[in-house]
Amino acid sequence: MARHTLSVLVEDVPGVLTRVASLFARRAFNINSLAVGPTEIPGMSRITVVVEAEGDLLEQVTKQLNKLINVLKIVELTSETSVQRDHILIKVRADAATRLQVTQAADLFRASVVDVSTDSLIIEATGTPEKLSALLSVLEPFGVREIVQSGTLAIGRGAKSMSDRALRTA
Amino acid sequence: MSKGSPISPALMAARPAAPAAPSAPSGRDSAQTVVPQSAVRGPNNVVGPIQMLGSAAIVRSLEELGVDDIFGLPGGAILPTYDPLMASSKLRHILVRHEQGAGHAAQGYAMVTGRPGVCIVTSGPGATNLVTAIADAHMDSVPMVAITGQVSSAFIGSDAFQEADIVGITMPITKHSYLVTNPEDIPRVLAEAFHIASTGRPGPVLVDIAKDAQQGQMTFSWPPKVELQGYRPVLRGHSKQVREAARLIGESTRPVFYVGGGVMKAHAAAELKELAELVGAPVVTTLMARGVFPDSHHQHVGMPGMHGAVSAVTALQQADLLITLGARFDDRVTGVLSSFAPGAKVIHADIDPAEISKNRTADVPIVGSVKEIIPELTQAVRDQHAAGDAPDITAWWSTLNHLRKTYPMGFVQPDDGLSAPQHVIKRIGELTGPEGVYVAGVGQHQMWAAQFIQYERPDSWLNSGGLGTMGYSVPAAMGAKVGNPDRVVWAIDGDGCFQMTNQELATCVINNIPIKVAVINNSSLGMVRQWQTLFYEGRYSNTDLNTGHDTVRVPDFVKLADAYGCAGLRCERDEDIDATIQQALEINDRPVVVDFVVSRDSMVWPMVPSGVSNDLIQIARNMTPQWEQED
Repeated sequence: MARHTLSVLVEDVPGVLTRVASLFARRAFNINSLAVGPTEIPGMSRITVVVEAEGDLLEQVTKQLNKLINVLKIVELTSETSVQRDHILIKVRADAATRLQVTQAADLFRASVVDVSTDSLIIEATGTPEKLSALLSVLEPFGVREIVQSGTLAIGRGAKSMSDRALRTA
Repeated sequence: MSKGSPISPALMAARPAAPAAPSAPSGRDSAQTVVPQSAVRGPNNVVGPIQMLGSAAIVRSLEELGVDDIFGLPGGAILPTYDPLMASSKLRHILVRHEQGAGHAAQGYAMVTGRPGVCIVTSGPGATNLVTAIADAHMDSVPMVAITGQVSSAFIGSDAFQEADIVGITMPITKHSYLVTNPEDIPRVLAEAFHIASTGRPGPVLVDIAKDAQQGQMTFSWPPKVELQGYRPVLRGHSKQVREAARLIGESTRPVFYVGGGVMKAHAAAELKELAELVGAPVVTTLMARGVFPDSHHQHVGMPGMHGAVSAVTALQQADLLITLGARFDDRVTGVLSSFAPGAKVIHADIDPAEISKNRTADVPIVGSVKEIIPELTQAVRDQHAAGDAPDITAWWSTLNHLRKTYPMGFVQPDDGLSAPQHVIKRIGELTGPEGVYVAGVGQHQMWAAQFIQYERPDSWLNSGGLGTMGYSVPAAMGAKVGNPDRVVWAIDGDGCFQMTNQELATCVINNIPIKVAVINNSSLGMVRQWQTLFYEGRYSNTDLNTGHDTVRVPDFVKLADAYGCAGLRCERDEDIDATIQQALEINDRPVVVDFVVSRDSMVWPMVPSGVSNDLIQIARNMTPQWEQED
């Protein structure tokens, strides 16, 4: 099944995330990742959802999402026409003997070290899911203790803004 | 798709014109939202600002929205609102005996009046008792506003007494819902709720109002500003698609109008008749659309579906074009989807973009209200006729006429000497006439009422189609009678269904709502029994209700009617049927309950067994029609 990234512009009202998320569950869709946050417009939030689905089903769930009163707009962002990034924090084992190797590995991925202790480091990295999984596999031999990862964030390339046309007077 | 850039190019028509800039005249080809004069229902009186309590604001808002009748039952969390409600001279509150009754009554009211039905109940169990009715309204697209009390906002989430997260519980079965904790929001939320419930594809909207919001001071002014950026139903169809539809009609030699409940909801019966007569094609009306096209019309070939007429089912199966108007290719109509109408192209007009290509891919999708689309399609077909393109469909008609003549709706007299339920229902329809309103429960009697009563006008047939709610009939009939007090309203109910909601007879008696209830008493859960007969070797597991002939008759429906203060009649012989119906028709000072004791062996035919193609329709057990060999 193909992965699709949907950007969903919603009114920032209580329950809106539940409405969106439960709709996916109800229609038996697997959400790979979900990220939600405010936008440049007060009162409007943006949910980025990555789902696995075939074309017809995706169209159906999109239409169902559009029926939610609090949903203002939905676009599908493809990898070609958008910038898509995940964010990850990795706690990796690193003592005096391995610390240099670990930080060098991090450098190669333009990741940064944000916390150091005697036997561990926390590495912060941003990138596509592919890049982050490459980083993880490089760090794996040192001992990955803990990871926390955000949902994918996605934004369309070029000057156009998703919220432009959604801003209408009621 | 009313917002954003549509994912589906096929639905581009749905995109409304962006900001209401004064310029930007939309060309003929651009679909547009037809903006109603005001999103706020009612006369739009200018009121206030006036200081009042939230509870008074609820009552006042309902008055300003033009509401006349409300069905409800009070309890702790809605008590503050029942106080000003008592003082209202404009609102008639009908006290039901169970909240589910309030919900179905609101549905029945909405179905016959075309206005949103309103019910009001308390928090917790009051609200959860409403859930079935809300789900029912959601499945059948009935405009309804359900107001529920909620515990005070400070208690929400604490498992307080009679607390239930009814917004969460009903999220999948409402068109939209609100939790109100600030009394200032009440007028706007109620105005929005009525707007959402009654426009676009209608549906239930829940407004859950915390007790402290009812008790708090607020400043009331009317009309409120409705802010629904994300809700813009598209009403006008894309004219290019409409022309394409007309082109397909012009090429089709076996067209069929597949007409669903959406045409009823859009009040487009007259428009449909004009189009159908212009095209001359056969018309089938689904369970939700019975009456929207007159049964007596020579182009009407019946109801399609699992228990549809042979002529209607075959018309769809053998069509080369389905002109689908406000219907949704429900599984009870299509049978096995992959074998449904295999040779047909599909024109699909619906106000809900999500219905288009959901089950069956549409060749020509048209998003919009059939009220707007049908006249445009009529004009487009007329233009085409003027250009000389009117195909010959006489061969198609001779096929269908043959089927209609050979396989009319019929029934056999049962062997056990008891009355045929079909005959009872047929006579009720004939003696009452098309001006009556018929409200069925769910099961065999529902199918017989759909098959054997002749419907000639819209809004005369109510039933629980999508959800299939046993117990719908009595409360929905009550609501229909409140909405249409001058019409004869029959609840055609089963002995199983009737026992689920008959407590509303008390409501009917006390509030002088003289409905007539025909209990088609076959002493069993008849439809389930029929399936047990056909598919479970006649092993009747838990379908015997002991209400009928040669049983202990618990309950005795005549005594039950009597206990409620209704007239109770019983009819056990064929020769008494007409006289009993006449007697029931003559009693108008109180509700009437007629216990029609009928055979339990009668079955609903025709039938397309579950899981097979519609081509395998049976006209009686293991009997399929003789098909002509020509196709």
